[in-house]
Amino acid sequence: MLDLLLAPVLTGIFVALMAGPLGCFVVWRRLAYFGDALAHAALLGVALGLILSVSPQLAIVMSCVVLALLLSQVRQDSQLSADTWLGVLSHGSLAISIIAITVAGAGRVDLYGYLFGDLLAATYRDVILLGFCGLILAAYLIRYWDSLVCLCLNEDLAKVEGIAVERHKVILMIAIAFVTAMAMKLVGALLITALMIIPAASARMLSNGPGRMAVLAMSAALLALGAGMLASFHWDVPTGPSIVTAACLVFMFGKISAKVLSQK
Amino acid sequence: MTEPFLLKAESLSIHRQGRTLVDKASLSLQAGKVVSLIGPNGAGKTTLIRALMKLLKIDEGHLHIKEGLRIGYMPQKLNLDASLPITVLAFLSLNQKRDEHFFESAEKTDVRCIFERPMQSLSGGELQRVLLCRAILKKPQLLILDEPAQGLDVNGQAELYRLIAQLRDELNCGVLMVSHDLHFVMAATDEVICLNQHICCHGHPEKVSLHPEYLKLFGQQQAANVALYTHHHDHQHGVHGELIEPCNHNH
Repeated sequence: MLDLLLAPVLTGIFVALMAGPLGCFVVWRRLAYFGDALAHAALLGVALGLILSVSPQLAIVMSCVVLALLLSQVRQDSQLSADTWLGVLSHGSLAISIIAITVAGAGRVDLYGYLFGDLLAATYRDVILLGFCGLILAAYLIRYWDSLVCLCLNEDLAKVEGIAVERHKVILMIAIAFVTAMAMKLVGALLITALMIIPAASARMLSNGPGRMAVLAMSAALLALGAGMLASFHWDVPTGPSIVTAACLVFMFGKISAKVLSQK
Repeated sequence: MTEPFLLKAESLSIHRQGRTLVDKASLSLQAGKVVSLIGPNGAGKTTLIRALMKLLKIDEGHLHIKEGLRIGYMPQKLNLDASLPITVLAFLSLNQKRDEHFFESAEKTDVRCIFERPMQSLSGGELQRVLLCRAILKKPQLLILDEPAQGLDVNGQAELYRLIAQLRDELNCGVLMVSHDLHFVMAATDEVICLNQHICCHGHPEKVSLHPEYLKLFGQQQAANVALYTHHHDHQHGVHGELIEPCNHNH
């Protein structure tokens, strides 16, 4: 039993720890829509993996990273806002990939698992990959934390102060793309953005500094993960949605208690 | 005669999507001198200073920057999302040691008393002071200020310009500031550059205020030191932004 659960639990913990601080950047830089587009690109990756007969995981990571790089290069169109462009790309890829997965993967692939997560499919290979990338991400965030916060505040100011803004933006996007790809097994394509945004939003209420918010977002994500997984095993409901529901409960609890405290 | 320049632009032009935003602008900035860039909305003031800081691609012309020039930049505003919790002290401390100079700068710009306040709660004047403090933290040789006095009342503006002049003396840095409010610019500046895509006129503030191009751009009313002004278009623009009736250059 423990053997069976260890890899999924560790995967969940690593994803939650990475989603916390990256979720803060998603919120600060208003990238929620970008996160959705990435998640849907992950599904497109699944479809491509099936059609080209390569490992779906590799295809997912690759398509997310490619989309992230493409979007970071897209200049604002004069007629359509970036939001609208993302909406077109995001929902377009969702629709196309569902058709492609249904056709190419008929009988072989569990579409439901990709949409809402299939945590038990996590393997030790995932754990090692996540652990390795998590360490790199942690080192990067700690080293460049001030610069990253600065570029959220004003990109021009950051550039004049000698921060390599474009490079950091691309790295952040790739990191978000990677976590999106890895979180697919945990909560599924449709709920990945929630796993980044909700813990960050919960952490905001109790934070007076960006670093504290990132740490609290990690804690909120871990709390949601633990509660969601327990609920999922206890009542035999899907794990991904349970985790996101738990995250929402943490958020609402925090919001209500903050309100009560402020009235006292 | 010619003092060494900090930054020198020679007929810079910037075009975007078929429109000319800045047309053959030349200017030179020196240590200890305050240069004000004035002009109506959409005259390309912000575009020009962004180009001077190499934040924009320059299409034509040359830009010479003194090697290792430290620039302190004060942007018009921050892109501060309500979800990013950050206090004034934390903002000023980003990539910055809290040494003696740090607290001196905070003292000069009078922001020590608001160190613990969240950035989102600052008033317009407080935010401008915090941004100015951030700009001088790196002991700049050149200060570039984009509309430093926007959103301030008359007293606040006078106070801010006094502070900028004082910082210029103490740091012996060059200053380039973008401004709308000519009334204050005139007193606190060594040279005025009047921009409307191209440089209409430039020189000593008193000379510029009597210059026919300047009077055409800002009208007699503004020239008579009225702080509030409306811009009267002196020339019309064609579909592609070219000037139909170009000003007579008189530099």
